Amino acid sequence: MTKNFNAIEFQDVSLAFGDRVVLNRVSLQVRYGESKIVMGGSGTGKSTLLRLVLGLLKPDSGRILVDGEDVTDYNEEQMMTVRSKIGMVFQEGALFDSLPVYDNVAYRLREQKVPESTIESVVMRMLRFVDLEDAVEKMPNELSGGMRRRVGIARALVGNPKIILYDEPTAGLDPITARTICELALKLRDLEEVSSIFVTHRLQDMEVLANEYVIRDDAGNLIFEHEGDRLCLINTKFIMLKDGDIIFSGTDEEMRLEDNPYIRKFLA
Amino acid sequence: MDEKTDTQTGRLHLMNLITQIIIQVQELTLLIWRVVRGLTRRPRYWGETIRQMDNLGFGSLVIILLTGTFTGMVLALNSANTLQKFGVQSVTGQLVTTSLIRELGPVLTCLMLAGRVGSGIAAELGSMLVSEQIDAMRALGTDPIKKLVTPRILALVATAPALTVICDFVGVLGGLLISITLLHQPASVYLASAREAVDYNEIIGGLIKPTVFGFVIACIGCYKGLSTTGGTVGVGRSTTQSVVASSIMVIAVDFLLSKLIISLLLEP
Ligand SMILES: Nc1ncnc2c1ncn2[C@@H]1O[C@H](COP(=O)(O)OP(=O)(O)O)[C@@H](O)[C@H]1O
Ligand SMILES: [Mg+2]
Repeated sequence: MTKNFNAIEFQDVSLAFGDRVVLNRVSLQVRYGESKIVMGGSGTGKSTLLRLVLGLLKPDSGRILVDGEDVTDYNEEQMMTVRSKIGMVFQEGALFDSLPVYDNVAYRLREQKVPESTIESVVMRMLRFVDLEDAVEKMPNELSGGMRRRVGIARALVGNPKIILYDEPTAGLDPITARTICELALKLRDLEEVSSIFVTHRLQDMEVLANEYVIRDDAGNLIFEHEGDRLCLINTKFIMLKDGDIIFSGTDEEMRLEDNPYIRKFLA
Repeated sequence: MDEKTDTQTGRLHLMNLITQIIIQVQELTLLIWRVVRGLTRRPRYWGETIRQMDNLGFGSLVIILLTGTFTGMVLALNSANTLQKFGVQSVTGQLVTTSLIRELGPVLTCLMLAGRVGSGIAAELGSMLVSEQIDAMRALGTDPIKKLVTPRILALVATAPALTVICDFVGVLGGLLISITLLHQPASVYLASAREAVDYNEIIGGLIKPTVFGFVIACIGCYKGLSTTGGTVGVGRSTTQSVVASSIMVIAVDFLLSKLIISLLLEP
């Protein structure tokens, strides 16, 4: 038996909605500790890809493996166990409108009937991580777009999932807030060894995620550094989707050398 | 020539409509089946069910009180007029009470519920669906059928009969008010006559109806909400369709149930 290195693996996955083929025999692997940045225009099936990982949708054909387990034929109940290993950050946050921030973040633990005292410490730790301790009593409609995404991230992190899926977490945000979100993703990648799929179509995100890394110095402070001669990041890879196909897969250095006109246009 | 194509397209539309209805009935049945199957398994959301009873049931109390009172009043007014011609004005109470218990109490209460509650359910679940909150719920390990659909159905099945009894009761009082003030009938005559109408089988029949209607309204509201497509505009469409479909179903099912109740309970 070969050892499994993949947190997520797609084997020839196809999916169509009626006549519209959204994914056409897509294969990809996300290794443990790796971040896969998925790019592509809107409507190319990026969100669909993430929904397939979570089992919110089932493929027409092909296999999907999560943490070495073939989950393609799992029913909703079996899928629940798999989902507990995954944190999902939805496009607009998808916060529960009727619940305050605290209850949104606590949601997963409440469902698992965890005692309230434990819940409180976890929720506060997560909110501290995304720097939103002050918003704990606010309702989702009182939050700005960036805050909603960050609460969404905090909610996804409860239970310390080792796989995180981000669906355009920076779309529609100002550059500074977007950078904050990317830094959260870096911290999770470099300090918590989280495997992730990060969907985005912003070039700035790509720059940050592909070229920067974060380390903790002896005093416990976080330092963001640029890759250079000292270190070249190998834990961040790219995928470009177009019309249901993966037209590029590799590192950012490789992507810059591509002469596919679609990719050139994307990078311009 | 033209006429022929017209009938052809007409027939095509009709076929489409019938196919649509068959598909929807099928999906609705599947939803109900999943609710029933879920009842036997944990987790069960009793707290949520109580909250929905309060929200859907108790929240409708005022409109039901108004509906019941005015209906009783107008019944007394109209029937007294007719009864006077035959010199039997003294049975006004009985006529008002029978009409309320058998027909108007259940039907009007549930039409009001279809308008207020059916639309509310469809709108709430629909907007949760289009803002990915339902997906977020599944991703966080909750079955939305159990958490959202079952409590609403149980709440409405429990509160619709209760509200109907209240509607009947205030209706009889409304009739009393008119009897005393406008028809100058002594309260004792009206009440004695009203008591004649209250019969064990009548009441059972009058409770079966709203129980079934409550179930129908909640199921249609949940189904329409959860099958919303097309973003925010779709939510409006689902809401309207939910009110229309459940109102028609209330009236259609009322006919069938009346037939059944008359042959089984009232004239055995
Ligand atoms: N439930 C669905 N039913 C029908 N079509 C869908 C559904 N979900 C997504 N699609 C279609 O699939 C395509 C890809 O959608 P999506 O994965 O959301 O794209 P994006 O890359 O923008 O995230 C779109 O054209 C969309 O219209
Ligand atoms: Mg998307």
